[in-house]
Amino acid sequence: MSASSPRIAMLKTVVGALVLTLLPLPSWLEVIRPGFLALTVLYWSIAAPRAGGITLGWICGLLLDAFEGPVLGEHALALAFLAYIGVREHQRIRSKPIFQQSLIVFAALVFYEVVLFAIDGWSGHALTTPLRWLPTLTGALIWPAAAAILARSYHPGT
Amino acid sequence: MAGFATGAGRPLQGRGGSPGFRFFLYALVSIAFMILDQRFDWLERAHFLMQAATYPIERAVSSPIAAWRWAQKSFATRASLEAENQRLRNRLRNLEVRSMRYDALAQENAALIGLRDSLPPVASRWLPADIVNIQLDSLRQRVLIDRGTVNGVTAGQAVLDDHGVVGQTMHVGPWSAEVILITDPEHALPVAIERTGLRTIAVGAGDSTSLALPYLPANADVRVGDVLVTSGLGGVFPPGYPVAKVTEVHKDAVQPLAHVRAAPFAHLDTDSEVMLIWFRHDTPAAPLREKHGELAAGNRSLQPLAVRPRQQASEAARKPGTPAAKMATKPAAPAPAKKPVRAPT
Repeated sequence: MSASSPRIAMLKTVVGALVLTLLPLPSWLEVIRPGFLALTVLYWSIAAPRAGGITLGWICGLLLDAFEGPVLGEHALALAFLAYIGVREHQRIRSKPIFQQSLIVFAALVFYEVVLFAIDGWSGHALTTPLRWLPTLTGALIWPAAAAILARSYHPGT
Repeated sequence: MAGFATGAGRPLQGRGGSPGFRFFLYALVSIAFMILDQRFDWLERAHFLMQAATYPIERAVSSPIAAWRWAQKSFATRASLEAENQRLRNRLRNLEVRSMRYDALAQENAALIGLRDSLPPVASRWLPADIVNIQLDSLRQRVLIDRGTVNGVTAGQAVLDDHGVVGQTMHVGPWSAEVILITDPEHALPVAIERTGLRTIAVGAGDSTSLALPYLPANADVRVGDVLVTSGLGGVFPPGYPVAKVTEVHKDAVQPLAHVRAAPFAHLDTDSEVMLIWFRHDTPAAPLREKHGELAAGNRSLQPLAVRPRQQASEAARKPGTPAAKMATKPAAPAPAKKPVRAPT
């Protein structure tokens, strides 16, 4: 495998995740829409910790901030943190069966959301509705499917 | 096992230091960004550039939906077009009949309050804008419109539709602007109950069909069906624009505040087109402007600088009322009742 090939796959999947994030949906789906970009960053920091890792998380976070953040740097910090968890624990997470992975992903996404929640509160844009925690759950639920799709993006056809 | 592509087990070393150190660096940079963005307005320029950079992506994401709408429109049947045409013509006729005596009434009103000329209309310019169909944030009520600084749009500008108040612009880019809707949980709109003139604040409830009036005491005179209009405080909307209709009033004997909900008139969830309004600040009906708030920021060349003598008088009369203009940020204090005072010439 060449060094550039995971980078191209990363770029493609990040763009795909961004489109899924911005796509307008009916409002009941809107509420449970998982953080596609967070899942993508987490996947790549586990699958290719050296190619993307924390830098990828930080750049994706800035991109997300450009679209929806109340303060610049909010998602950048949270996604860098998520990527850090992924990179640090990548060997342990990889060796687990997929359902245990989902549980770990759930915990990581909760950490991610806690960081966002704290920054929201600190910057005076607090959003206290319990609905904000729903995407954490749906993100963990679709993790097996998301991981399978993201894996195909790197080695298409295998 | 989700097929993780790279070979497992290789030690993570090499360029860039340990992941912990790298995360620490990025965290520091992010926190610096947040502080700069939040406490100082150093990143205003960066916001502007980002809005410009992200606009093509937002357009691209919304294009399939726009194409679908266009296709629907172009394959509309003759019958449905005729029906729509008929409906619009009826509506136009109704509006024309209703506005027939408007000029005469404006003259009469001016005479009654002791002005020689009738008041100039409060809106000086308006511009339709399309809502770009993308999701900015699922839990906050924000939309993106396709007008920006090239069209003269500034931050804190009123956005209406043909039924009522929609919201106001927040971040403005060169070709696009982010609009915060009145139903956003962070948006507070100074309103008055039309029937009684009672002033209060309407706060967004987080879904596009309801507003909350959290600061009304339990003995306040408010009923289901009351119409809420803008009160003119807060500096964005002139008084009298329709906002919402009260749908729910709960008065609990043990609670000091009443629980009141209202449904906005504007079709916030189905609108695809809204109106941006520029108000004249030299008419007595203009909204009170905050002097130092971020609402006054933006393109100053669009705001009238020369104040005519008559307006200076009314400006002075308005001074004691200026704390009320801060209502949007400090809603609990009862506003000193200060209608824009018309000074006779």
